[in-house]
Amino acid sequence: MSIIAIIIGGVLVNNFIFMQYLGICPFIGVSQNLETAMGMSGAVVFVMTIASAVTAAFEQFVLARFGLEYLRTIAYILVIAAFVQLVEIFMKKTLPGLYKALGIYLPLITTNCAVLGVTMLNVRQGYGILMSTINGFAGALGWSLAIIIFAGIRERWQLMDIPPALEGFPLALISTGLMSLAFLGFVGLFKGLF
Amino acid sequence: MKESKSSLGFDFIKGFIQENPTFALAIGMCPTLAVTTSVVNGFWMGIAVLFVLTFANVFVSLLRNFIPDEIRIPIFVILIATPVVIVELVMKAYLPAIYEVLGIFVPLIVVNCIIIARAEAFAYRNPVMNSLMDGLGIGAAFTVNLMIVGGIREFLGTGQIVFGSAAFPSVPFFEPAAVMLTPPGGFITLGILMALFNVTIGAKGKTND
Repeated sequence: MSIIAIIIGGVLVNNFIFMQYLGICPFIGVSQNLETAMGMSGAVVFVMTIASAVTAAFEQFVLARFGLEYLRTIAYILVIAAFVQLVEIFMKKTLPGLYKALGIYLPLITTNCAVLGVTMLNVRQGYGILMSTINGFAGALGWSLAIIIFAGIRERWQLMDIPPALEGFPLALISTGLMSLAFLGFVGLFKGLF
Repeated sequence: MKESKSSLGFDFIKGFIQENPTFALAIGMCPTLAVTTSVVNGFWMGIAVLFVLTFANVFVSLLRNFIPDEIRIPIFVILIATPVVIVELVMKAYLPAIYEVLGIFVPLIVVNCIIIARAEAFAYRNPVMNSLMDGLGIGAAFTVNLMIVGGIREFLGTGQIVFGSAAFPSVPFFEPAAVMLTPPGGFITLGILMALFNVTIGAKGKTND
């Protein structure tokens, strides 16, 4: 039951973009068209899920065991950066097809605050390794849902006459705000279901 | 390595106009949206970023001749993470209430693109004093931006602005809209502010260049 709650919560109720403001920069930066949005989504789902598992294991076996929790921030960012680098090298050698599709997005992911954000949220929620992994996966799915919907909307802008002052970021933020307003409707979902 | 010869005063002031992190460059969006439900939260988040940015800028600049080009990004990340841990521990000890409200956005300063962007684009190529002024200027501008967004959202959302012991009392006949404190209010406020910046200050900055 709690697993279903985490997944629904991650995708809809606590959507990373619309409710938690995590990963806004790449959300606006790479959502110009559907294809790049999907590529980025694939990379984010992959990295966020595994980064959640790796940092949760690191927390349990290293930080908690030796009482080093105060070094969490610095330890996590190094673990994530090293992991992303490793994935890039590994993918290049063994999965050239996947590397071609996701490769250019991988270096961008280290600075995606959703990745570090989800690992921090996992710790604050007290999730174990399995729950952290599920939460990371659900959060990434929610992020992907948001960016894919948004890329679809942005593709339509090309046909529209937009006032120069609103072009680019301002209109992107206002559209995100309106979508976020729609997602606010999911907030009551949990009270009704569980 | 190119050493620019811009004046210290310019390095400080440019953060407010041409290189305004929020409105002109549109970076560091997550904290700008997440913590700006009140002026006070915006202020403390801004101060935290100001400290980390200045610290990181000074050390990147001091070490710029010793950092090998190929591994500069991991080194920047460590130079940024160190002051973030300092801020975290100090805030936890002396401002526990604010630390609780800002939540994960304090450790997330590590991945704030403003800081790594300044390290890469400015501090890595400029002398220490210029980098110090750049850090202070961009940090101060960021703080002001957060306080503006926070002030607008707090006023429209609660009907008053509270800063320390001073509070601007609520205006009669004004019905606060709680939606301004929720995520949609944040996105829309920032979007409109950015559009206003584009047509006023931003447009002027461009013609002066």
